[in-house]
Amino acid sequence: MSYTTAINDDAHHHHNPTGWRRWLFSTNHKDIGTLYLLFALSMLFMGGASAMLIRAELFQPGIQLLDPDLYNNLVTNHALLMIFGAVMPAAAGLANWMIPLMIGAPDMALPRMNNLSFWILPAAGTMLILSFVVPFFPGGGSQINTGWTLYPPLSVQVGMSMDFLIFAIHLLGISSVLASINIIVTLLNMRAPGMTLMKMPMFCWTWLVTAFLLILVVPVLAGGVTMLLFDRHFGTSFFDAAGGGDPVLFQHLFWFFGHPEVYVLLLPSIGVLSHVIPTFSRKPLFGYKSMVGAMIAVATIGMVVWAHHQYTIGMSLGAVSYFMIGTIIISIPVGLMIFNFIATMWRGAMTFETPMLFAVAIIMMFTFGGLSGVMLAVVPADMQYHDSMFVVAHFHYVLMPGAVFGLFAGVFYWLPKWTGHMYDEKLAKIFFWVNVIGFNLTFFPQHFLGLAGMPRRIIDYNVMFTEFNVVSSIGAMIFGFSHLLLLYIVIKTIRGGEKATAQVWEGAKGLEWEVPSPPPFHTWETPPSIKQEQQ
Amino acid sequence: MCRRLTTISRRFLLVAAIVSFQTAHAEYGINFPPPAADVAQEIYDIHMLTMQIATFLLLIVFSFVIYSLYFHRKSRGYPADQNFHNTWFGNWSWVMVPALVLGIDLTIASNADTVLKKVWEVPKGEKLMDVKVTGHQWWWEFDYLDYGIKVESRYIPEEKSGDLYLREVDNRLVLPTGTKIRFLHTSADVLHAFWVPELAFKKDAIPGYVTETWSELNREGVFRGQCAELCGTWHSRMPLVVESVPPEKFDAWVKQQQAIKVAAAEEASSSKAWSKNELITKGKELYETKCGACHQASGMGLPPAFPALNGSAIVNGPVADHLKIVINGKSGTAMQAWGSLNDLEIAAIVTYERNAWDNKSGDVVQPTDVKQAR
Repeated sequence: MSYTTAINDDAHHHHNPTGWRRWLFSTNHKDIGTLYLLFALSMLFMGGASAMLIRAELFQPGIQLLDPDLYNNLVTNHALLMIFGAVMPAAAGLANWMIPLMIGAPDMALPRMNNLSFWILPAAGTMLILSFVVPFFPGGGSQINTGWTLYPPLSVQVGMSMDFLIFAIHLLGISSVLASINIIVTLLNMRAPGMTLMKMPMFCWTWLVTAFLLILVVPVLAGGVTMLLFDRHFGTSFFDAAGGGDPVLFQHLFWFFGHPEVYVLLLPSIGVLSHVIPTFSRKPLFGYKSMVGAMIAVATIGMVVWAHHQYTIGMSLGAVSYFMIGTIIISIPVGLMIFNFIATMWRGAMTFETPMLFAVAIIMMFTFGGLSGVMLAVVPADMQYHDSMFVVAHFHYVLMPGAVFGLFAGVFYWLPKWTGHMYDEKLAKIFFWVNVIGFNLTFFPQHFLGLAGMPRRIIDYNVMFTEFNVVSSIGAMIFGFSHLLLLYIVIKTIRGGEKATAQVWEGAKGLEWEVPSPPPFHTWETPPSIKQEQQ
Repeated sequence: MCRRLTTISRRFLLVAAIVSFQTAHAEYGINFPPPAADVAQEIYDIHMLTMQIATFLLLIVFSFVIYSLYFHRKSRGYPADQNFHNTWFGNWSWVMVPALVLGIDLTIASNADTVLKKVWEVPKGEKLMDVKVTGHQWWWEFDYLDYGIKVESRYIPEEKSGDLYLREVDNRLVLPTGTKIRFLHTSADVLHAFWVPELAFKKDAIPGYVTETWSELNREGVFRGQCAELCGTWHSRMPLVVESVPPEKFDAWVKQQQAIKVAAAEEASSSKAWSKNELITKGKELYETKCGACHQASGMGLPPAFPALNGSAIVNGPVADHLKIVINGKSGTAMQAWGSLNDLEIAAIVTYERNAWDNKSGDVVQPTDVKQAR
């Protein structure tokens, strides 16, 4: 492909590479979006398999299947695979597919960088998996038994697999920052004429905020793990008290990234809901402006409350009071978002296709998780909850509905657009019910375990915790295996099925529904004109 | 229609099932155990308060959602209200909702702040009993600074502890009731966290830091907790057991401990030459409590993190190098410095290691050798 003609030559569009070249050299937002989604799906299964091993081990007291280091290694790997491998790439995949279609742009603003930001991921994923696998080879050192938080000094004790992990995090970070830059540039420069920022579809808004968050916080994590690397190999003592360093410094750096990261995972799904709920309620999104405001508020406050993850390190009274009140205040914008969703459903003419089922489940379960979050924000009570199974239950109630179910809703919502086929609604509804019931069965009992005194991240527990662990493990198996059905539905839809119309859903509004299903390789080569009402 | 409501009804059913299950098996908790200190009671109360507020809000949200799911359906012929977001409610809800939530937030925060002040700062200008709690991989050390007593606390293997496995230790943290106690938390290696739910606080043990918490026990009893911060391989094997006793009983216990300490010191400093068998018997017991978690009773270790001592180059090499590692530890690994053990104990352990399993050096290390090596 010659450099000069690639820019503005219509005839050139018919010379698309085929075979593996189509994917490896792709600069097309739809193909790259598909790659992101497939990558995320494969990581979802690996992360899920590690979670099921964890729950299988915890099914009964005693140590049956795993040894303690392998258990902790799986705990670490599960978190990293799910966060960096599954949720973030899946959200980026949706962004790649939908943002140009939604704003009437022919492609992402920086297509070659788009290619790069995806193709870093398989390398990063390989490093991540190597960090898990390396200890099983002779001379591979000890396993990563630190959890995804990588707190020193424990992470300094770990063998070479920690170095693989640190480089995996660097690569993942570079990929996220590149993708974020691309999204910001696209959204600010490529909108169709007449589409002002306040007319932009909500999904685009959520990604704009998410992208800024990522650019602000990912470098901090990269810095933190680099300091860790230096402590491990180059004799520095950033985190070593014996050398004048401070182990708590790492926790601050990590959570300065880690807390905004929660919103990075959450916001794209909020964006999906802002489309799904109006579509199936057949009325416009309630409170578009307050939604934008709430989102910016969440992101801003979310940047300055990180230390509520470390209430037990012995901060001053003033510091913990500040972090407590800041954290509780986040309930205001988040409450407003939930309110807007319910008000969108209110007086609508609802139907319950699978995306809407997920949306309703998210509203209920995310509210539940959010409220247990308010409990956790209260410092005196958190002195009990901290690092117990209650925390595990809480963040799965936030991240599963808040992030993963939102992505499922998005996938079912847009799958007919992408493939041109309707998915099997009956199977999808079965998937929804099995999935949601399995999820609640897994994580609801963990609240009780935490309150009764079971710490998180332990491989073995006293018989007093048996009952709820049994329920939780059975739930986890149902929940885990239900995703095979998802895989089947997706494959079935790609291979064929009832033809989808351009609009797909009766109540769907927006530019993405004006292009045919599936959309041609290039869309919006001439920008559309924006009609009066967009929201 | 009913199917749509299954999510919610099922959750309530689950709660109902669990609650009824609980009444049948009272020993399995679903909430914090009864607090054992006044401050702990206040923490418990704030926990219950926020949980009740959260439950109440959840019910409100759920009722609106369920009402809407039931009535605002296309299948019921409900016409979508296209102008709902343009009514006065639509225009002003962005002010009303945050104001409402702010009110709830302030209620929670102000209540929490009152409790926080009492919990967070150790009472000033009062006589306190100091207990230094040091986390080790994977045991706890309690120093009663006012009495010069040190207690090492380790988990008891399942064969001996039965149903209390991972909830019972060999030496408990004995504390008097009705006394203000200040806990000083620190760690010798990686992060750990002190958590006994009846005392209702948790504090990280961080190397290089000394953080403080306090409590005043108001009832007798045995309170069980665990290490709550991931500290490596045997994180699950760090139970914490507090035995709360009346002050008179505590004083008696202190005297007994002091006597034991004096006797041990006398034994260690006596110039007696110990026989190989005496040292090996003593060493075996010490090895299995202090070294066995990592290097294993079989001496096979858990490579690569914890090397085998059976056939090890160091154990079968010069005595001086062996002693050096035991006394000073090995930096960058989980091997800690054992210099705080007395000469006799180190001599016994080293003698045992050099003559156990397939190691047949025949060496006998005397306490005087250890003294020289320090």
